[in-house]
Amino acid sequence: MKIDKKTVENIAHLARLEFTEEEKLELTDSLSKILDWVDKLSEINTEGVEPLIHMSEETNVLREDIPQNTLSHSDALDNAPKKDSDYFRVPKFLG
Amino acid sequence: MDKTIADKYQPVIGLEIHAQLSTLSKIFAPDSGEFGNMPNTNVSAITLAHPGTLPKLNKKVVEYAVKMGLACGCTINRYNFFDRKNYFYPDLPKGYQTTQDKAPICKGGGIRIHVNGQQKIIRLNRIHMEEDAGKNLHLSGETDTLVDFNRAGVPLIEIVTEPDIRSSEEAFEVLTEIRKLVRYLDICDGNMEEGSLRCDANISVMLKGADKFGKKVEVKNMNSIRNVQRAIDFEINRQIAELEKGNEIFSETRHFDTVNFTTHGMRTKEELNDYRYFPEPDLQPVVISEEWLDQIKKSMPPLPWQLYEKFAQQYQLPSYDIHVLTETKEMALYFDELCSKTTHYKAASNWLMGPVKSYLNERTMTITQLNLATDTLAQLIELVESGKVSFAMASQKIFPELIISKNKTPLQIAEQLNLIQESNTDAIKPIVDEVLAKYPEKVKEYRAGKKGILAMFMGEVMKQTKGKADPKVATKLLQEVLDA
Repeated sequence: MKIDKKTVENIAHLARLEFTEEEKLELTDSLSKILDWVDKLSEINTEGVEPLIHMSEETNVLREDIPQNTLSHSDALDNAPKKDSDYFRVPKFLG
Repeated sequence: MDKTIADKYQPVIGLEIHAQLSTLSKIFAPDSGEFGNMPNTNVSAITLAHPGTLPKLNKKVVEYAVKMGLACGCTINRYNFFDRKNYFYPDLPKGYQTTQDKAPICKGGGIRIHVNGQQKIIRLNRIHMEEDAGKNLHLSGETDTLVDFNRAGVPLIEIVTEPDIRSSEEAFEVLTEIRKLVRYLDICDGNMEEGSLRCDANISVMLKGADKFGKKVEVKNMNSIRNVQRAIDFEINRQIAELEKGNEIFSETRHFDTVNFTTHGMRTKEELNDYRYFPEPDLQPVVISEEWLDQIKKSMPPLPWQLYEKFAQQYQLPSYDIHVLTETKEMALYFDELCSKTTHYKAASNWLMGPVKSYLNERTMTITQLNLATDTLAQLIELVESGKVSFAMASQKIFPELIISKNKTPLQIAEQLNLIQESNTDAIKPIVDEVLAKYPEKVKEYRAGKKGILAMFMGEVMKQTKGKADPKVATKLLQEVLDA
């Protein structure tokens, strides 16, 4: 499967990543190779096989509805690059 | 808008309703989901998406979602998993929302509504579980946007209808019914003003008889059921006006203006959403066994439509009464219990809709706070129905007294306040004669055809007996003499 530069640019935008022209070329090539490799799987007949959704066989790993405070307000804000006494601060944007 | 123009078009509406579940903790983390706390106090390493943290699903969220599904007659999905919906937004710490895309917990089913006396079923497409996002604050004068993650990870169910709704009134009814359902089930407080119930509407119009729906517009930001109706009305008119001008409708998201009741486009260039959904690898699948499902079924309260049918069939009540009585589960259940103590069903309904409801409204109380046993109220109803006390005296004097003095029976209070009616014909007859003798002119007028004067005679009899004459007996006696 061949990936073109436009697809790379689109994926990069969705992931908020920026690449140089050179890097884009390199990615076009390596992503195509990865997809070719994954494409190998379609050689196998999977008719009637349920898609695998989860790697583990475990189900119903659930928690009871008991509230618990595990993180203080100051610890929560501690690692934020920008904050005030109450809030995380991010560059202004319009939603 | 000219009605003949509007009548050419058929609106088609679908709703997406988010209900915040009233669990104590969040959907994937143990932090409290309580509303109204100081910013960023209900957070955890999971909620803030710190590296290496793993979500763990709150069992109650599954149960609440299943309850809603059962109440709407949905098919319950037995093998559930979550998906990641990827997008960047500052209120979404992980960079994706954990939701259900491929395998929603409930499919199909519908909402019963009554429009113009007709029952109509609005089909549901699905109900799925997901997490809420945090809150962004854009304050004027601030160069930054402030983010509060208290709401991030609060459990939601999203209820998606099929495009079966044909008018803003129907949309109003659907939303009212959904709010009633979540409140009956006790899974969400249903408060639209605080945002625990949110509604987006997909609206399109097409020429009547057309076989293809028009381009749909999504409207957001309606903070009350009434505003959902207003937004839909505005949007229908706007779309028809555009089409009449020969313009096209663009599929876009529009924002409802809660001040002017209009809608406006949110973005000039509609971004093409590409959420790249894929199954959430951090959460194990959830299997709903027969046993678990049975347990949830057993915990279901009676539903509004079930009580509606019971009240109509068993108690033969008019639909107006039923509507008022089933508005809240508490009132409906109180009434149902009251009807096991008395057979005067309509009188019982009148009592709850009249004196009881106004007493509660004046004090902004609910029926559960009233502290009046249904037995006691049934006795009071019996006193009135048997003619021992008048309804006026019972509702104005005895009822308030009953609430204050808990240990007294209605009869004791009636006796104590000297309110027992005179139903004895022999006792009332002399008074009737006396009143009629006092007004010979009026008697003549009555006999000449001015039947309205009867009320004046009744008033006199009541005055003489200090309101204690049984009005039915007094009327009968007056008429006997007058019509003789």
